[in-house]
Order: sequence, then structure tokens, then C-alpha cells
Amino acid sequence: MSRYDVVIVGAGVTGCAIARELARGQRNIAVLEKNADICEGTSKANSGIVHAGYDAKEGTLKAKLNVRGNEMMEELSKKLDFPFRRNGSLVLCFNEEDLPKLEVLKDRGEKNGVKDIQILSPEKVWEMEPNITHDLAGALFAPTGGIVCPFVMTEAFAENAAVNGVEFYFEKKVTSIEKSHEGFKVICGDEIFEAKAVINAAGVYADEIHNMVSDKKIKIVPRRGQYNLLDKKCGDFVDKTIFQLPSKLGKGILVTPTVHGNLLVGPTAEDLDDKSDTETTAEGMSKVFKEAALSTPDINKKMVITSFSGLRAHLDDASGKSDFNIGELSEAPGFFDVAGIESPGLSAAPAIGKFVADMVNRSFPVPNKTGFVETRVGIPNMANAGDDEREALIRRNPQFANVICRCEFVTEGEIVEAINRPVGAKTLDGIKRRTRAGMGRCQSGFCQPKVLEILERELGTDRGNICKAGKDSKILEGYTKEDSL
Amino acid sequence: MKNVDILIIGGGPAGLAAGLSAKRNGIGNVLILERDKCLGGILNQCIHNGFGLHTFKEELTGPEYADRYVTMVRDEKVPFMLSTMVCDIAVDDDGDKIVTAMNKDEGMLKIKAKAVILAMGCRERPRGALSIPGTRPAGIFSAGTAQYYVNMEGRMPGKKIVILGSGDIGLIMARRLKLEGAEVLCVAEIRPQSGGLKRNIVQCLEDFDIPLYLNTTVTKVHGKDRVSGVTLSKVDENMNPIEGTERFVECDTLLLSCGLIPENELTTAAGAQIDPKTGGPVVDGMLQCSIPGLFACGNVLHVHELVDHVSAEAEKAGAFAADYVKGR
Repeated sequence: MSRYDVVIVGAGVTGCAIARELARGQRNIAVLEKNADICEGTSKANSGIVHAGYDAKEGTLKAKLNVRGNEMMEELSKKLDFPFRRNGSLVLCFNEEDLPKLEVLKDRGEKNGVKDIQILSPEKVWEMEPNITHDLAGALFAPTGGIVCPFVMTEAFAENAAVNGVEFYFEKKVTSIEKSHEGFKVICGDEIFEAKAVINAAGVYADEIHNMVSDKKIKIVPRRGQYNLLDKKCGDFVDKTIFQLPSKLGKGILVTPTVHGNLLVGPTAEDLDDKSDTETTAEGMSKVFKEAALSTPDINKKMVITSFSGLRAHLDDASGKSDFNIGELSEAPGFFDVAGIESPGLSAAPAIGKFVADMVNRSFPVPNKTGFVETRVGIPNMANAGDDEREALIRRNPQFANVICRCEFVTEGEIVEAINRPVGAKTLDGIKRRTRAGMGRCQSGFCQPKVLEILERELGTDRGNICKAGKDSKILEGYTKEDSL
Repeated sequence: MKNVDILIIGGGPAGLAAGLSAKRNGIGNVLILERDKCLGGILNQCIHNGFGLHTFKEELTGPEYADRYVTMVRDEKVPFMLSTMVCDIAVDDDGDKIVTAMNKDEGMLKIKAKAVILAMGCRERPRGALSIPGTRPAGIFSAGTAQYYVNMEGRMPGKKIVILGSGDIGLIMARRLKLEGAEVLCVAEIRPQSGGLKRNIVQCLEDFDIPLYLNTTVTKVHGKDRVSGVTLSKVDENMNPIEGTERFVECDTLLLSCGLIPENELTTAAGAQIDPKTGGPVVDGMLQCSIPGLFACGNVLHVHELVDHVSAEAEKAGAFAADYVKGR
């Protein structure tokens, strides 16, 4: 049995942000993740948007933590070295009759504390974004909206947490939780983790974890969102994140540049029963384009390089509040829910980390540790480096001269670093999220064998054992002529 | 900064033939830059035969064909650098090309060239570009990636295989995987006819009783961690799936052989005009791009059916580039 002061269930962006904040105190912390890597659930398949904060109803946690998270993002992205750009966002209104709804949104934004939002005329919008539809009545402009790399952001929180002493356990699926005189026994099959406090950051599975300790059951509905990602050739099709005013046609599809220069369109919103159903569908993929065309009619469908879908952790709440559900359970003191973290969860993650840490500190005060490491330096990025910086990196380590992924210009040096850093990559997808190798227009066709070779060497395992993600996703299936004709 | 007359980017079949031709046409100061640790490019993994009937009047395997050219390049002392990646091509005020490259020994290097021949080849179209719905498990490979695993590493990408697309690489891999012990269930082709060579249909599919389903595509990938099957559907004349024709095929691997895309990152970065039809640069009768002194040949220009045609075109590009340099 391992003993910790705090056990966090879930190594998504929320769990990792909380881990980092809690690591400021003198306590032992473990993060338990059922998948083989961090960032394997909702955190890896979302819009990568840092919302300005005008969407959520005033007074809700969503509103408060979104705006606060947005404010924290810039400094944090520098401290922890993850890609973030404040590109601004527009909410398009297609009909004159809907214009008052823009006003409502603006009002709400102002009440939530969103700075500098304004309503723009169509002419102003076209000046800003020439590819936007001419069937436009006006738009809400929020200059504080941004885009972020959700993978590297999660990685940054996790790495920094690990540097500050947090221990990460993978492929540890929590099967039950029992109250004990110390606090809780978190049971993962035949392994037991005892903790004074448990934090439930289990994403779409947060209801199952909650229901293990509480009779006041909650229910999370996985709400699927399908996306199409387009080639970098159309990365400058729009500069701002383009939302649509929710209308009778639906909640609206966004069109946004990603922080890496691709174009992303999506998501759909489909309530499902299966919490692992991240399939894409023909209907979903065409719906995304059909509705995106309302905002930007000339969007080029032929430039799709991949499609994916993610599941939002939507709290099925009878009260209809539909807010984040964050707090210590009165029926199980020491157990903290961080549930229902759907949009704007990514934007709010830094603030959620702080908010939850404050809450835990009130119930379980500990002195701050000395020598907390505030900052992290990310994996060098050869693609964005200038010639001098490239030269210096190659001199430091000649592996930086060996390009493995041509599409995204990722070198052996970067991949080796991704493997050998704290909370390092062990899978093909882990490499992809940390370095972008395989993220480009050929989608790993060229670099996959080379990445396997590097993983084999660095991890000291046969390449036949290396997986795409989980342990049942091996890339290779034995040797040639094993069972020939 | 290194100075050369003609710089060739890529040491595959196009680059080798272009370099040789430039040298034979009187330009001694040429240089071939190859990203990989050996010359020959994709030919090295194409261990089947059928190469060289036009060029050498005999049937060779890919590595043999490459070796003929590599031997000539060595014999005729055409300079080349291996494990060297070109990062950028710029044009200076005199019209010279400034090529930035990098390798382990020299770090970043700048090479000034009077002419540059683009010979970077092509890459395969991925699943995403085909918009196949379903899950995203392990076990989906482009045919060329599978070919690399099998022929270069002796590893199997899977044991029960469905191939989408009847391009030549797909057909060749159907036979190869069967010979190596896999079960190849079928090749599905969305079009009414195969895109591959007739001889490959006969020798790779018919001779091995592998069915080819025309007007058929994959409409769904199944399996959470590893591919567990695919749904095949018939398509109408507009290539749209016909409802009611779906059938599930259990398999652990899906190979994609759905076309090749010229690799033109450098061409675009240099500012050369791209032909949206071919995906390669726009060239004139001298194989010269919209930038004077920038030539292109082989699959970077457009995708060729036979390597023999690549060599022939590259030979011309080498000669045209030599003329250009002499004329300056």
C-alpha cells in the first residue's frame, strides 16, 4: 500500500493543473491515470480555445474561472513554456433580428469581467476577416480570446508538477474507493493508494468516481464533438476564432486557426451513452463543414488532414444550472469533486488548479515548501528556431540535425527529449502530442517507423512492444514469415 | 558558404539521374543532397521486380535499379552529401539560389548554387485526407509505411489485412503480405477501375486469389485500440456510398494506397508557383519552375507510373539545368 497526502484521479489538464498548484505545499501527491499517458481524454480532443468568458451565466463558477483562467494564461504560458496566442474572437450574428442577442452576450461578458468587448459592424468584421460571409448582421469582438496547445499545456503542468515532487502512475484505473481512518483507500485492482484527500478530476468518468464515495449520485453525459483539422496551407484563412451566435440552426460551429498554424473546424454536440465512443461519423464530418460554411463560405474541404472527436464531460444536472461542480463533499470530507469540466474547462484550467488548491489548503493546511520550481523550459522547437538557434542546438546535440518528421520539421533531438523528460512519452501518440511528429499532412506515414526505432532505443524495449496509446494498441504484429504459406 | 553550379535536392531516382546528367553535360561542380543515410530513396524498400525495362532493357528489383545509378554516380564522381536535410531555398539579387541545409557534422550550412534541381519525390495520402469515419486505432498504415516495416525491418504490420486503393503500392503490398504469411482479405477500389498497372493486378492479386472489389470503399473503421474490422460499402457514380450495401469485414489492419502527393514544402517556401492539378510546381518546356534556375523532375513534379520515366525526365532536367548554367 502506498500512502499519500493527496491522490488526484485523472491526468488531464485539470488534474495536472491541480497537481502543480498543490505541489507548492509540503505534501506527498500522487496522480492516478487509467490511460498510458497524460492528456488522453477530453484534454486531447477539444477546440484548443481560451475563451474570453462571455458565454457562461454571470455568477457561475464557469464564468468566474473562465475569466480568471484567461487572465492567467499569458503569464503562465511564458512561465511554463507552452504555445498560447491571444488572437481574439468573433461571434457572428447572421440576422438583424438576432442582433439583440449579441447585446445580451456583451452585457454578460461585461458582468463577467471580460475586458474590451465590443459589437462590430459587418464592414469592420470584413476588414478584420475578409473570408467571413457577406450574410452578416454584426459580430461581437472579444480581443482577449485566445488559442492554446492543449497537449503541451497539459504536459507543462504535469512536468512541472513532477519536478516539484508529484508522482504519476499510469494504467491505474480506480476500481473502488473506501473510507479509512486515514481518509480514503483508493483501490486500483490489487493496488491500494491511501490518502487523506482525494481529488476527483476524472473527466467523463468523474460521476463513477464520485458515486464510489457518495450516495448523492451524479451523472456525467459524454457529449461528443467532432472536428476536422485542415492543412497548414489554410492556417491563415482566418486570424480570429470565429464563433456563431447560437440560433435555430444549432449551437454553432467554430472556425479557428490553431496555435500551430492549422485550421480547425468543429465541434458537433451529440449526447452519447458510451464514454469511450470517440468515433467520427460521416454525418458529423459533413455537418461540421456545412455549418462552418455559414461563417466562412469558401472554406476548403479538400484540405482536411485528419478528423477526430472528443467527449465533453457534461454534468446531467436536474437543476439545469450546468455549472462546473467543484467542492468538498459534506458526506465525504476530504473528497473533492472537480466534475462537469466541459467548455470552458481548458480556458479555466489554470484557475481551477488554484481554486481547488485553495480549497484543499483550507481543509488540509500545510506549510509551503521551499524551493518550489515555478518555471519550465519546454522541448526545443527546431521548426520555429532561427538558423543560429538551430546551429546551437545541433552543436549541443547532433540529433537535432536529424529530421524525423518532415511535415512538421521535428528532429530526433526533440523526440529523444520528449521521451526522457519527467512524465516522458512512451507511446507514439505521446510523442505526437509532445513534439508534433506525425501531426502534419502525411499523418505519420513517413516518420512512424523512425519514431518507433527511437522509442525502442530510448526505452530499451523491442519496437514490437511499442503502442500507439494504450497497451492493446501495438503497432506491429510479429515478424515476417512467422506463418508463411 | 559553399559554391556550386547545380545543386540537386534529393538522392532518389530523380536526383541521381539529374546529377549524372548535369555532370555528363559538362557541369562538374554539382552536388546532390540526400536526407537519408544512403542514396536510392524509396527504391531501397521496393524489393519486387519490374524496374528498368525501359532504362536498362532488363527487369530489376528496386534496390538493383538504384544500385545501377549509385554505381554510376560513384564511378563518375558526382559529389553527394548524405544525412543532410534542406531547410530552405532563397533567391538572392543575382538570381543565385541560397540553400540552407543541416547535418550532424556541419550544423547549419549555406550553399550558393547557380541552379537548383528539385527531386524530393512524393509522399502518400493519409487517412485524414480520405475522411474515413470511425475510430482511430492502431493498425492503419499507408501502404508504403507497411512496405518499409516488411521489407526493411522484417516486421509485420498485421495478420488480417484489408487494402483500400488499388494503386501499385497497394497491389504490390497485397502480394508481399500474403507471401510473408498474412491473410489479405481484399483490395477495395472506390473507382470503377484500378489505378494500378495491369501486370500488377494479374501478378499480385489474381495469381494469389485476392479479390478486388471495384466501386467499393471503406465507410467505417472499427476497433478501439487496434483495428477490429472495417465496413465496406458500394459507391455510386459520384463515389458516394450507397446505403444498404454496407458489410463488415473482420481484420486487424487497414492499408491505404490512395494516391501520392508531391512533396513541395521547399518549392512553396521558395515562392515557386504550384499547379493545383498535379500538386507539383508549374514548369515550362525546360522543366523550369516559375523561378528562373529552379528545375524540377520526378515525383515532386507529378506522380509517375514507372521509375524509368522518372529517370528519363530527370536526365532532361539535368541537361536543361546545365544549359542554363552555361548560358549565364
